[in-house]
Amino acid sequence: MKKDIVFVQGNEACVRGALYAGLDFFAGYPITPSTEIAELLSEHLPAKKGKFIQMEDEISSMCAIIGASLTGKKVMTATSGPGFSLKQEALGFAVMTETPCVIVDVQRGGPSTGLPTSGSQGDVMQARWGIHGDHAIIVLTASNGQDVFAMTVEAFNLAEIFRTPVILLLDEVVGHTRERLVEPKAGEINVVERLRTSVPEGTDYHPYLPREDGRLPMSDFGGTHRHNITGLAHDMWGFPSNKPDVVYGLMHHLVDKIETHVNEITRIKEFFVEDAECLLVSYGSAARTALHIVKNRRARGEKLGLLELQTLWPFPARLVRERCSSANHIIVVEMNMGQILGEVKKAVENPERVFLANKIDGGFITPTDVLNFIRITQGKGV
Amino acid sequence: MERRRIILSGSGGQGVITAAIILAETAILYEGLNAVQSQAYGPEARGGASRSDVIISDTDILFPKVVQPNILVCLTQEAYDKFSGLIRPGGFLLTDSHYVKQNEKIDARQIELDMYTEVMNKIGKPIVFNICVLGVLITFIKLVNPKSIMKVLETRIPPSFLQFNRDALDLGIKMAENYSAKVAG
Repeated sequence: MKKDIVFVQGNEACVRGALYAGLDFFAGYPITPSTEIAELLSEHLPAKKGKFIQMEDEISSMCAIIGASLTGKKVMTATSGPGFSLKQEALGFAVMTETPCVIVDVQRGGPSTGLPTSGSQGDVMQARWGIHGDHAIIVLTASNGQDVFAMTVEAFNLAEIFRTPVILLLDEVVGHTRERLVEPKAGEINVVERLRTSVPEGTDYHPYLPREDGRLPMSDFGGTHRHNITGLAHDMWGFPSNKPDVVYGLMHHLVDKIETHVNEITRIKEFFVEDAECLLVSYGSAARTALHIVKNRRARGEKLGLLELQTLWPFPARLVRERCSSANHIIVVEMNMGQILGEVKKAVENPERVFLANKIDGGFITPTDVLNFIRITQGKGV
Repeated sequence: MERRRIILSGSGGQGVITAAIILAETAILYEGLNAVQSQAYGPEARGGASRSDVIISDTDILFPKVVQPNILVCLTQEAYDKFSGLIRPGGFLLTDSHYVKQNEKIDARQIELDMYTEVMNKIGKPIVFNICVLGVLITFIKLVNPKSIMKVLETRIPPSFLQFNRDALDLGIKMAENYSAKVAG
């Protein structure tokens, strides 16, 4: 038996990825189908001298990880739709205060308490626009345990690099399916550590003055430098300001620091894309079904391909436009009513070639479901 | 190898999900195969017809659910009535005769054994019923090696219970062998 191979759920792959990335602090409130993440971390995090707190609710969990992050810790919380809704206000605070943190949303059927034990991908737009105010955000997803591990590490890295909350959007099927995970060895995946200021004690530290490369070195709150942190629009000192030039600079900084780095943030997987006449675009658990079909149909000589998105936001519009350019049909496979469909339609030329293959009844989208949609687009009927 | 699409079903508490996890984990850790396991998480997981899907293959497994099993195990009448219609024509269907009355109209190789009664008579611990079922299953269909199953059990079960599990696995293997010998003889 090889020691680095384990048989675990996607949720456990997330836990292992978080520990690999150096998670120090987790605060959460258990909710199906994310509960295994909290359950496992309650055991493993204290064992490596980290802190695990089961909070009284999701709001306080989100607030707790923000506080811990500001003191210099790598932090995460995990939840599902109803809890993710509750976290939005504090998530906005993390965006405004540029606090690195990772929020895992293992999606289930919604709205409200919805379908606690069923898979869904209904939170894609909530992850993008759940909080008020103009902003940019990073949202990652994954379709299998191995990718969940890698994307969890990636989420921590991007949170540090861009000083932003990163949302890891999993779903019930990926979270609960048990499969093989080959645990990467230390050093195999790059782990980004916090960029701390080199400003010495007694010298003015500007917490919100970006360097030339746009990054903002941090100073552990309660440590060397006294500074202010507020959800109000603020100046480079972190003090509230409503001066138009200050607000303008801040808003542009918050959006541009992410939107101008789309290429750096984009993670995709491509399968037979180049000569695909019918190109499927999918992500998360639905991408498993999509790839199943693509591989089966390729074996019969049909020119199907799959573009699997692992970064959902910022949406890689230019890349999607380019990859879709020569396909006759583009079929977005997702378990919602077309949340990424709209983005693909916006991105491509001739959006009338883009169709939706979806499932929203709580069941997992099957190869037959998708094939039926493909047949319709080909004029063959079901 | 032919891809094995397996559904293990019964009622909550019979250990069908544990058996599914052990089977899939054995395939991955000790047989060099690929496997995925998933289960119904709804209210049916606590009583009613509980179900766990396992796919075992030597290639990548993408779609993780079982739509049409070629191997089906039903340990209650309710599970049998609910899932027996799913089986792939000509598939293998195992039931426990203590709990299930089979319907002759199912197009499958149906085998029934009184596993529960045997476990209670020979071992006296209902908790190892699922391991006996696994023993029967892997003897009829070469999925994994029994020794590999014991290796997985050693990592999951307190040492004081290991012997009961070993006995249950052996009991299942013998029941399947005796059945095959009787049919052949």
